[in-house]
Amino acid sequence: MADPFIVAVLAGAVRSGTAVLYAAAGEVITERSGIINLGLEGIMLVGAVSGIAIASITGSPFIGISAAFVGGGLLGLVHAILSIRFQANQIASGIVLTILGGGLSAFFGIAYVGKQINSFSAVKIPFLGDIPFIGSIFFNHDIMVYGTYILIPLLAFLLYKTKLGLAIRAVGEDPDSASAAGIRVSHVRYFATIFGAALAGMGGAYLSLVYAQGWIENMTAGRGLIAVGLVLFAGWDPLKAMFGAYLFGGAQSLELRLQAIGTDISPYILGMIPYLLIIIVFTIGTIRQRKVNTGSPTALGLPYNPNK
Amino acid sequence: MNKFIFLAAAFIAWGLQLFYPTVSLAVEQKSQPLKIGFLYVGPIADNGWNYAQELGRQYVEKSLGNKVETIFAENIGENAEAERVMEKMIAQGAKLIFATSFGYLEPVERVAKRHPDIIFMQLSRTTDIKNIGNYFYWQYEPFYLSGIVAGRMTKSNKIGFVASHPIPPIVQSINAFALGAQSVNPKAKVKVVWTNTWVDPPIEVEAAKGLIDTGIDVLAFDQSDSQSIVKTAEDNNVYIIGCYSDVHQFAPKRWLTGACCNWGLFYAKVAQAVINHNWKPGVTHCSLKNDYVKLASFGPAVSPTIKKEIAVAKNKIANETVSIFHGPLKDREGKMRLAKDQKPDLKWLAEMNWFVPGVEGSLSKGNK
Repeated sequence: MADPFIVAVLAGAVRSGTAVLYAAAGEVITERSGIINLGLEGIMLVGAVSGIAIASITGSPFIGISAAFVGGGLLGLVHAILSIRFQANQIASGIVLTILGGGLSAFFGIAYVGKQINSFSAVKIPFLGDIPFIGSIFFNHDIMVYGTYILIPLLAFLLYKTKLGLAIRAVGEDPDSASAAGIRVSHVRYFATIFGAALAGMGGAYLSLVYAQGWIENMTAGRGLIAVGLVLFAGWDPLKAMFGAYLFGGAQSLELRLQAIGTDISPYILGMIPYLLIIIVFTIGTIRQRKVNTGSPTALGLPYNPNK
Repeated sequence: MNKFIFLAAAFIAWGLQLFYPTVSLAVEQKSQPLKIGFLYVGPIADNGWNYAQELGRQYVEKSLGNKVETIFAENIGENAEAERVMEKMIAQGAKLIFATSFGYLEPVERVAKRHPDIIFMQLSRTTDIKNIGNYFYWQYEPFYLSGIVAGRMTKSNKIGFVASHPIPPIVQSINAFALGAQSVNPKAKVKVVWTNTWVDPPIEVEAAKGLIDTGIDVLAFDQSDSQSIVKTAEDNNVYIIGCYSDVHQFAPKRWLTGACCNWGLFYAKVAQAVINHNWKPGVTHCSLKNDYVKLASFGPAVSPTIKKEIAVAKNKIANETVSIFHGPLKDREGKMRLAKDQKPDLKWLAEMNWFVPGVEGSLSKGNK
């Protein structure tokens, strides 16, 4: 087998999986608290445009990312107010966010079309980057990719080993009992929803700041929805979401690189590979989950009414 | 006192009412600008296809000044939404409407039948309705010229092409591009990767990187947004050929040229004809001949010799002394596609679903 080819495909998998990974990791936290947020597509777009706007004004992509974090978080706040304060239907609120985010980003993005920004370039990590095979796949990227290497284990730690994580899981499984145990359900859910959306905003900023290095309307091209799907596949676990995101990125990268080396397969069939793979993996994942009974958070999508 | 003011005010209002219609009528007779509506299928913020259309609209405003007034609507679906938007434009006074996407024909036909006094211009499709004009743009012509540049600049004889959808207009561009490259460099090969999307920056970048890994040193594309691919080429030290819009600023070192549309010139010509009341329905071909398609500016790497060569080739095509697709032309499987004295017509071009020799990449086999 051609080694450089596999390395290139896998390195591409990490790169193109990263945007989806930020959004999916955020959604894991949100959904674990019992709130489902289908508005990731709109939130990513708002993150993408905030990132570009602030990066082009300040000249610093780091400040751009922070802006994307805040921008995504603000949209998350809207979802939180609607679905926690007003106990609105979370599916409907999510769809509203998708449309709202698309419109907002298009409106504010117009001013940044064709603007040049300072982006992150790939930086090889000394020592780690020199490990054969692994080094070129994982340790020759930009700083936002490295960010996920720290973020994802941190999120897993937060979820399973801290008091806050326990609270998040508790309000997602059984808000009544959690409330009886002294956890303030809506506080925890507000945090999880806003934080999750803020991470999705960073995912959007990865698209605009690193990939496109500029603003293009609707540049997420459905990645927000894919991220929502990945959470299901990952069984609401941050580490598995990482694996899922790389699998999706890998399928896309493989398809394009198979074409580049001159495989004579219909472009339509090749284009289906990522989605076919997702369907297969979903099916396997669902069957497996039924067996070990680690499904969705029990209170997912249900509004919590403390006075009932 | 109060009563007096009220009476005076009523009197003045009555007086104004008497005069107002005549005043506005006088203004109308003096100069009634032609109101033009533009329908865009995507966002003007794409730095590509729709942006090029928008530049065209701005050119019309600038060149015809107060003789025209323009309105536009972006992100309009090729369905009943287009019909609704056109009706709204007509209600606002539009007398000329440009429908700048392939799929608008059906809604345009329905609206045109209801408003026989309004003139419509439909892209890339023909119709029998008297108040619809049709225009085709032959982007493969500038692609042929940019192919010459690519063929001259490549050292590895491998040229990459990130292509959107495997449909005839795109296949025409790829074939013309390859023929252009081979006309000066018979060894040049064009490697095609399909993205199956008009806009998706990560997919475009990964496709470009995949091609770069195979050793190409010149890259072309037809995605409707330009920025991501052009910057990827610049960062990886690969020459880049643009599409639709001139975005040389994204690749100051590696930009060669681009196959662009020059919509403004064409739109202004149509608008002028409508103003002069000598507009006629029929088919316009936007080609190098009338400069409605053109090459983008040249980058610093293109030598004066190549520029001269391009100028000669352009004149030959514009004067129709040479046809880009001329017989005998075989596809890469060796099947004869254009006989020796056969001339390519609209139907032949519209059915192009095969690659010329020297193009690598998948394409469903033609069924002709």
